[in-house]
Amino acid sequence: MSVVPDVSRRDFVKTGGALVIGFALAPRVALAQGRPAPLPASLNTNRMLDAWLRIDPNGTVTIFTGKIELGQGIGTALSQIAADELDVDLQRIQVVSGDTARTPNEGQTAGSLSVEQSGTALRFACAEARDVLVSAAAAKLGVAAPGLTVSDGAVTAPGGATATYWELAGSAGLNREATAQTKPKPAAEHHWVGRSVPRRDIPKKFTGGAAYVQDIRLPGMVFGRVVRPPSPGARLRSVDEAAARRLPGVVAVVRDGSFLAVAAVREEQAIGAREALKRSARWTETVSLPPADEALYRHLMSLPVPGQTVSEKTSVTAAAPAKTLEALYTRPYQCHASMGPSCAVARWQEGKLVVWTHSQGVFPLRAELAKVFDMSPQDIRCIHAEGAGCYGHNGADDVVLDAALVARATGARPVKLQWMRDDEFAWEPYGSAMVMKLSGGIDAQGNVVTWSHELWSQSHNTRPGASAGVNLLAARHLATPRPLVPPADVPQPSGGSDRNAIPLYDFPNVKVVKHYIADAPIRTSALRTLGGYANVFALESFVDELAAAAGADPVEFRLRHLNDARARAVIEAAAQRAGWRPSAKGDGERGRGFAFARYKNLACYCAMAADVEVERKTGLVRVARVVAAVDAGQIVNPDGVVNQIEGGIIQSTSWTLKESVRFDRTQVTTRSWADYPILRFTEVPEVDVVLLDRPDERFLGVGEGAQGPAAAAIANALANATGKRLRALPFTPERVRRNLLQVDP
Amino acid sequence: MASFRLHVNGKTTTVSVEPGTPLLYVLRNDLELNGPKFGCGLAQCGACTVLMDGKPVRSCVTPVSAAANTRVTTIESLGTLERLHPLQRAFIEEQACQCGYCGNGMVMSAKALLDRNPGPSELEIKQALNGHLCRCASHNRIVRAVQRAAKEMRS
Repeated sequence: MSVVPDVSRRDFVKTGGALVIGFALAPRVALAQGRPAPLPASLNTNRMLDAWLRIDPNGTVTIFTGKIELGQGIGTALSQIAADELDVDLQRIQVVSGDTARTPNEGQTAGSLSVEQSGTALRFACAEARDVLVSAAAAKLGVAAPGLTVSDGAVTAPGGATATYWELAGSAGLNREATAQTKPKPAAEHHWVGRSVPRRDIPKKFTGGAAYVQDIRLPGMVFGRVVRPPSPGARLRSVDEAAARRLPGVVAVVRDGSFLAVAAVREEQAIGAREALKRSARWTETVSLPPADEALYRHLMSLPVPGQTVSEKTSVTAAAPAKTLEALYTRPYQCHASMGPSCAVARWQEGKLVVWTHSQGVFPLRAELAKVFDMSPQDIRCIHAEGAGCYGHNGADDVVLDAALVARATGARPVKLQWMRDDEFAWEPYGSAMVMKLSGGIDAQGNVVTWSHELWSQSHNTRPGASAGVNLLAARHLATPRPLVPPADVPQPSGGSDRNAIPLYDFPNVKVVKHYIADAPIRTSALRTLGGYANVFALESFVDELAAAAGADPVEFRLRHLNDARARAVIEAAAQRAGWRPSAKGDGERGRGFAFARYKNLACYCAMAADVEVERKTGLVRVARVVAAVDAGQIVNPDGVVNQIEGGIIQSTSWTLKESVRFDRTQVTTRSWADYPILRFTEVPEVDVVLLDRPDERFLGVGEGAQGPAAAAIANALANATGKRLRALPFTPERVRRNLLQVDP
Repeated sequence: MASFRLHVNGKTTTVSVEPGTPLLYVLRNDLELNGPKFGCGLAQCGACTVLMDGKPVRSCVTPVSAAANTRVTTIESLGTLERLHPLQRAFIEEQACQCGYCGNGMVMSAKALLDRNPGPSELEIKQALNGHLCRCASHNRIVRAVQRAAKEMRS
């Protein structure tokens, strides 16, 4: 089997007066000889050059990416990479992203993979396109290609004759399969990569520009709201639809099984009708949720889910442990808690559906919608528009189905449907609660000789496309429900529940076991780092516990167990920048902690030192300062990397000190910011980030690198400050106070 | 339904809506202003903040009837892409956001702060913005942006 384009390689098309080099997005699978040669990153699955870029006669370059802007600055970073390979000014680059009709399918924008996958693909595609354009210029100018130079898209011969990309656009065919034979530039020749170029998405965000899906206004558009069941197990018995239809402005009330929604001419009318429907709806609820608080973790550990060995390493030469420790760490369900509740715009026309969405994966979303509506994916177009930051799989995909279901009832009128705050808190898929049981032993010299990490976790990926069935919330409420089929765990080496559970340290005997709870009443999915946050919290806390048992300094203890030079370098850099004093003791109220991880054991390296202050009387913990060092391989945009790490540290501080979802045995009771406090300005630590640039190394994803180490550094600092270790997240004042009062056994 | 005369960003318009309609929906949907955002509808997050007679209010819980005959200012009137207000310029120069959804509220409350206190301390800035939530955690950049704007506006 081989993938061949469905357009002849030499074809190109003219559209709207502009010369658009032929566009072949949907390769068809045909019988052919052998397999296609592997190409780098996303180029391998989107193999045509013109799927990635287009040269326009008006002097612009449009790059196409399947990765979408989440406020992480990906549009800017990709444009820097393209501008460098093509030798054009950055201002000429336009970015089209996440549109099932126009861009490559790169799956989800997730896992800190956008620069690695899309950036690498664009780098090779643009390098090769430059070659094609230079060859075309050589032919036109009648000179040999090697003698030509390129400056901002102008190709110049030694004698001074010039041909521009913009003139060559029509004749230099990019409608060809990439070969990846053109070597991208060495770092020394980069002009844009490595510079803190200001992000292109920011100016409109501070001037009232239309920057978000929430800002889309279509002719005749009406406003939708959904009326969710009061609890995960609830079924709708009755509701006064007629009364709601009589309310001012209401154009549709949609009821399908337990799915209930409304559309109205004005937004406040839709909200009013939602309230009326809520009042008249009668639901049958079931006691279906697990116990809360400490009992939750006992419950998770008691489920009949056999352990699977993730990693096992044994040494016959290592000494037997002279001392062993065991500790249990827990993490509650936590919210994405996006600032803007999820929103989508949907329009049906002649049996075809167009949606505007802040989904992280427009292609998987389209496939899921096609299943629900029993249509061909070709008749559905999903177009990305930014939403509020999501940090993983929130309600972004779910709200699209809600909007599409409502828009079916409004005729040709498009529907903009935004969730209310309580919809988002009660129904977004949470980051899973987890239990991590660590045990380990040190020999007489204080070196780790045995290490075991056993974890219990629900799924960290119930996104569209993660499994058969339909992974969209409303689908399970319909009269003919399309159930969610429990997905398998994300496999190693990146891992899902077990992400970062395998230590990067050189311990001689290691065993990692996971209990993957595939199906559970509380819905969970990808929250920034998947299981990585909780696993690093546990692993790096336990490293400190063993270091203490060995009487060793935490930084020295880490270094003595690490051979990876880049890991050592970030640890040393963070310790140095923080002014780490070996074996310094806390004074009861102030302390300092250290932690390290390489995200997924595959992406960026990140080490940090955190300073905390504890008010012993109240148990209030304040993180005063965090110093981090990061190695993300070659850095495309230094300020972009710093922004991600800074934000990651502060967000993780919030998760670690404050956040947990509340529920009783029937309902999720977290419904507003009052129920789910997050870190505020006066509580935010000072953050200092050191970048270790490695311009000759490949890109390493950075967007999630800080979450785990920040939690562990805070935990270790708290233990350093007070001499009492806390192993249950979050570190709320009540829990800290209780822990301080506890007498050591 | 009732008619309300609104003075928004220096222009006077009349809208016919229910008196209890939150100002936010009139600004976003009738006046087609993108700046104020729906974040919670509960006055808890600050994304919808606008100025009413110079004071920051949460437009998601401010009935349009209360806004009539006041001067309403949204981020759109501070400056344009071509002629940025110092606060807008400072937020852009400090790259003081990731998603930016909270940014409207941050800028508008900072505007109210600098109008009454041109030289706020770091703590005063944090206290003035403490009722605003930011989930991407751009807090430190936002504080630096307000400091930068204050400096520029004083000079």
